[in-house]
Amino acid sequence: MQFPILSIIVFTPITAAVLLQLIPSERMTEIRVTALAAAFFAMFLSAWVYFSYDAGAGGYQFVEKYDWLPVLGISYHVGVDGISAPLVLLTGVVMFTGVLISWGIDDRPREFFTFLFILATGVFGVFVALDLFGLFFFYEIAVFPMYLLIAIWGWKVTREYAAMKLTLYLFIGSVIALVGGLAMYFASGLNTFDMLALENANFSREFQIFWFPFVFFGFAVLGGIFPFHNWSPDGHVAAPTAVSMFHAGVLMKLGAFAALRVGIMLLPEGAQFHLPWIILLALVNVVYGAYIAMVQTDFKYVIGFSSVSHMGLVMIGFATLTREGFIGAGVQMFSHGIMTALFFAVVGMVYDRAHTREIPELGGFARAMPLVAVAFIIGGLVSMGMPGFSGFIAEFPIFMGLWNYRPWIAIVAAISIVITASYIIRIIGSVFFGDMPEQFVGHIGDVTALDKVALVVLCVIMVSVGVYPSVMVPIVESGVNGVLALLGGV
Amino acid sequence: MIGNVTTEMILAILPEISLLILAGIVLLMDVLWDEERRRGLGWLTAAGLGAILVISLAAAQPGAESVRMWGGMIRHDWLSFVFKMLFIFGAGVTALFAMEMRELGRRGEFYLLLLVSTIGMSLMASAGDLIMLYLSIETTSIPLYILAGFFKRDNKSTEAGFKYLLFGALTSTVMLYGFSLLYGFAGTTDFTQLTQIVLDGELPLSLVLGALLLVLVGFGFKVSVVPFHFWAPDVYEGAPTPVAGFLSTASKAAGFAVLMRVLIEAFPVAVPYWTAILAALSTASMTLGNALALAQHNIKRLLAYSSIAHAGYALIGVAAVSALGITSVVFYLLVYVITNLAAFGIVSAFSRVSGSDEIADYAGLSRRSPGLALMMLIAFLSLAGMPPLGGFVAKVFVFAAAVQQELVWLAMVGVLNSIVGLYYYLIVLKVVYLYRSEDEDKPVPLTRPYALALVILIAGVILIGTIFAPWFSWSEVASAALF
Amino acid sequence: MNFIANNLLTLILFIPTLVAGVLVFLPSQEKKLIRWVAFLGSLIPLALAIFLWINFNRGQAGFQFEEHFVWYAAINSTYHLGVDGLSLTMVLLTTLLTPVSILASYSIEDRVKPYMILFLLLETGMLGVFLSLDLLLFFVFWEIGLVPMYFLINQWGSEKGEREIWGGRKIQARTYASFKFIIYTMGGSLGLLLATQMLGVVAGTFDMPLLFERWTALSGALFGLPIGTVKAIAFWAFVVAFAIKVPVWPFHTWLPDAHTEAPTAGSMILAGVLLKLGAYGFLRLVLPLYPEEARYYAGALAFLATMAIIFGAFASYGQDDFKRLVAYSSVNHMGFVVLGIAAAAFAAGTEDAVIALNGAVLQMFNHGISAAGMFFLVGVIYERTHTRDLNDFGGLFPLIPVYGGILMFTSMASLGLPGLNGFISEFLVVRGAWPIFTVYTALSMLGLLFTGAYILKGIKKTLHGPLNEAWMGRISEINLREIIVMAPLLVLMLWIGVWPAWILDVINRAMAMFF
Repeated sequence: MQFPILSIIVFTPITAAVLLQLIPSERMTEIRVTALAAAFFAMFLSAWVYFSYDAGAGGYQFVEKYDWLPVLGISYHVGVDGISAPLVLLTGVVMFTGVLISWGIDDRPREFFTFLFILATGVFGVFVALDLFGLFFFYEIAVFPMYLLIAIWGWKVTREYAAMKLTLYLFIGSVIALVGGLAMYFASGLNTFDMLALENANFSREFQIFWFPFVFFGFAVLGGIFPFHNWSPDGHVAAPTAVSMFHAGVLMKLGAFAALRVGIMLLPEGAQFHLPWIILLALVNVVYGAYIAMVQTDFKYVIGFSSVSHMGLVMIGFATLTREGFIGAGVQMFSHGIMTALFFAVVGMVYDRAHTREIPELGGFARAMPLVAVAFIIGGLVSMGMPGFSGFIAEFPIFMGLWNYRPWIAIVAAISIVITASYIIRIIGSVFFGDMPEQFVGHIGDVTALDKVALVVLCVIMVSVGVYPSVMVPIVESGVNGVLALLGGV
Repeated sequence: MIGNVTTEMILAILPEISLLILAGIVLLMDVLWDEERRRGLGWLTAAGLGAILVISLAAAQPGAESVRMWGGMIRHDWLSFVFKMLFIFGAGVTALFAMEMRELGRRGEFYLLLLVSTIGMSLMASAGDLIMLYLSIETTSIPLYILAGFFKRDNKSTEAGFKYLLFGALTSTVMLYGFSLLYGFAGTTDFTQLTQIVLDGELPLSLVLGALLLVLVGFGFKVSVVPFHFWAPDVYEGAPTPVAGFLSTASKAAGFAVLMRVLIEAFPVAVPYWTAILAALSTASMTLGNALALAQHNIKRLLAYSSIAHAGYALIGVAAVSALGITSVVFYLLVYVITNLAAFGIVSAFSRVSGSDEIADYAGLSRRSPGLALMMLIAFLSLAGMPPLGGFVAKVFVFAAAVQQELVWLAMVGVLNSIVGLYYYLIVLKVVYLYRSEDEDKPVPLTRPYALALVILIAGVILIGTIFAPWFSWSEVASAALF
Repeated sequence: MNFIANNLLTLILFIPTLVAGVLVFLPSQEKKLIRWVAFLGSLIPLALAIFLWINFNRGQAGFQFEEHFVWYAAINSTYHLGVDGLSLTMVLLTTLLTPVSILASYSIEDRVKPYMILFLLLETGMLGVFLSLDLLLFFVFWEIGLVPMYFLINQWGSEKGEREIWGGRKIQARTYASFKFIIYTMGGSLGLLLATQMLGVVAGTFDMPLLFERWTALSGALFGLPIGTVKAIAFWAFVVAFAIKVPVWPFHTWLPDAHTEAPTAGSMILAGVLLKLGAYGFLRLVLPLYPEEARYYAGALAFLATMAIIFGAFASYGQDDFKRLVAYSSVNHMGFVVLGIAAAAFAAGTEDAVIALNGAVLQMFNHGISAAGMFFLVGVIYERTHTRDLNDFGGLFPLIPVYGGILMFTSMASLGLPGLNGFISEFLVVRGAWPIFTVYTALSMLGLLFTGAYILKGIKKTLHGPLNEAWMGRISEINLREIIVMAPLLVLMLWIGVWPAWILDVINRAMAMFF
């Protein structure tokens, strides 16, 4: 057994959470520094795993397996493949930048970071889980801290409502998927929850067709698929900045990823059967989400809905069941994760100073915080799918995959690009340029050095992948090959 | 067999004998010690129970097969043993919690009644025939009636005790009638012989079922499933909180032990019908329990309805009459006992300081006493079924058992009910963590034993949720006794 | 030396970005330093481009100085650069106009650093389009060029002027212009994007040489439709995208606003190079990929070109705003380019087609030079008078004779006076198109007539006629820096007009080998 780097990554956050309990509440600086150190450590290790992943060899690497409950075939089985490796890196990056952005929280920061880290452990766990029970175990760990984080530290106006709605929605989805998981366990006859074994389980076609919607949609709720996306905008807006970053940046990818891992990879024939209407629903996500984003007046709602739209692209990419579609979806999960983390960070910075998020009331912020404006512009360009940035690298293959499936869907989905461009440009113009309203003049300070570090890190990543896709695509491709092999029999 | 009393027979009822001795010691000490030192009775009880636990584990473990003892009145097997340990543990924790309440902890009668009830539960778990079953149920219940109404001057407590008595009396009467019918038809009270008679077809099934339905009334009362649940909210609310804790955990577990044994050991032939009935009861309990819990603003009532719902979840495992099913039920009860004891323990601690059981008064607890709030968080999330806590694993196993037996719809009902449950547990936690109050600077002090007990329970909840293999194997062994 | 020769194109392409990167680290207040670093930095690509020109083997067919690196292998797209005669000309134009424009921007005082950075990034974007031999890469650079331009117009464009939009809201003219520019162009390139995706899927590669072979070799049915229909749709998708950029009438409506509201140097680059991107797209992509469709629809294209020539000229004539006049003149001049391309598409392979193409490409270069010059001169007078309204001027020649002389020279080149560059290219287009599209060419003569009219109107109102007393003593002569900006342009206008062989030879050989 090799060095258990994945387990260390998974358990570092929760260990840090436990350690934080030992620090008295009043010592806020120590709390923050500890949290940052833990986050940095996790990010460092996740980058290590990512860059050490051998794309040529492919398959699952850094595998660890320990018995958990052998009688029922439950084991602690973890590993990364080409699709999960970028996502592990994403989680590390978002966690690190999230802690940086949260430096200013002064209402019980200890509890805040505790819950945030429990969430992080859950997320890491899902991405590396290779045992179905383990996946559900960590999945739910990633759900419940959201309630506390949003309800306690969120936006006072809607936080309780949004937190409850989000938690219930996500929980419903996950337990429905759980039942599906249990069904798979029993139907396989293999008496194991090990996903690698279940990949070869040969479920009957009727079984797959029946259970696929449960599993896929149960998880895709977290991915924000229409019409179960309703929790997302409110949840995004009500959450405190770092939680929104995590939520949109990582959590939604969790849903899509689990839908892929458990739904598509384990029930490929079911996926084949159901993909037409999944594509349609995801198409609604893409176009409708963009349209709704366009008409919002609250800055954060715009971004919330744009997340719904971009996640739609991820799910379209999956549903095409083509090589290009999967590659695009894999990159999009990473690219959008970074991009939306940046967006929410910027929104938080603006809101902390202006105490309003209504776009008509803002203006001229580029002069007060120039780096933030540039960062937001870069994020906006990624969102639009502007070539030269990671968003284009992600979206282009997804469309190629669509061409292989039904060209007209590609054409309809492309409309969203123009809509996205228009609202992004509008926001940039309204919030950052133009004249600053009088009540703000002289009162808006620039962001802190830590904030700037976070923004620069995120921007560099997006530009790097955009300019030199080979830094990510080969890894994703190797993971996609594994997925396609499972679909090959279909 | 009359006459020769062998060592094995003594060992088979070693826990009960020890409990009886401990009860005697407590009674004696109660006379000898004066008012001030009576608090030591709690320590005595708890320590004694701990000792009994250890002794039983060391000396009285059963073999792999279920053995009939004492003329068939006692079954000595792992099912009964696991449950006995659970009851003793629960009683010990309850004693620790009750120590701090003046009106409870200084009264020797409290500990005596507690111990006697525990004896009754132990016997329930190992009952091998109808007479023993009835006797043990009554031995369990009557002390509990008194304990519920222990606060003589409190109207609510008196009402609780009275209600409990009336309800209990009624249901046990119906149950006894059922027993008498069975005896009348079969001519024997011994389970094994009953099984044989029914299997041989000498009794028409419909008669058996009819009698069993009557019996179910009594069991249902003990387990507090719908529609035999009406006593629970009022009794839990009125009874002293540690007593409510004990009621909701050990007593309920005892009911389950009896239910499983009677159902599977004595009447395997009626299983298909049982499954349908139990599934219906389970659905009703879960749904009604969760639905009514939504409307509560008193935390003890909320926990009462939540207990009803949890009985429903556990019944899913029973309805899936299979090895995994029974295993999952035992596991579920294990987790549930620990979690609910912790919940009631926290409630008790808080109400001692604030004097209130209203949920709204818990506002700001996270700032008053972060540790207590955190423990409450863990307990409630475990009740909701969140990992990495025991409640999650327990629910997964129960649902798995249902799915395995093709009762997927039942698992779905359970799953959807979990969501409702999550809602009201989160509401409580929201009040604790989010809402503010003026009392935030007044901490909630816990004495060392109390805190220790809580920490052990909470640690147990987390432990069972993460490293669950050992507990699962215990449950498996317990269920193996029935299959 | 070897390194430079081996990676010449990459160096030309990315040195502007590198210089922009250097600028990031300079302090914002050191405006002079920033300007000079930017200017000198932009001379490097020019030097390299001249080096490239000299070492280009004009007799050889195909692409030279090719570079091939891995880029997005998963979807068969590579980093593939190369030049032929056509792109070489455009590269020279771009690398020449950029330093000229930067020098012209020395009068900008507000946020000099981001301005210069954006300008340099824009240069990389434009060069990338011209150098790219991979369709996906082409698209990437095509889009990249939009963003800096948007910001240049939006942030440094003319401060005066308001437009009313829906809901009665008033926004600044430059905001309106920039938004219209980017959305219009992006909307147009949406079709290009979709068609590119499809091409990549169907042909299995984005590499242009391979793509040309495979795509034209396709037959049968595709996506359930006959291949002809699919190709026609893709053809129009490409055409619309490029037509918006050129711009071809009636897709030109973004241009007057964008050109007018842009800062002087922005207009110079916009008219000088950006419009050529569209025409280049026609030549590089549309003609090779869709020869039959191009021939089939060439008539329609020629019609639109003629309309552009005529209406552009009329519109120009009707303007009172000097800058808008010059803006419409771009429509007018680019119409000739499109006419030449249309003629060549229709009669591919004939000598006339080659002549027409020569004219078109040379016109691209020439118009770049003269339009940049014209916009600059408008900018010069605007800085002094703070008005662009022709009616406000009057008889300024005696006050600013040097400026007047330069303006007249440049205007004549724009007008197509024989002896200057404009004549050569327009003549070639007309000569080549006449046998092919006689009627259209004849009609476009009408446009040519009005070209003369609007140019002369512009000059007359500004320089001639009675002196407008208001300006006496209030207007300064063109200064040294501004003369230096114009100098290379003037030299080229004369040189090409008198002895065009040096450039025409390169173009001619490239066009002759085009088919």
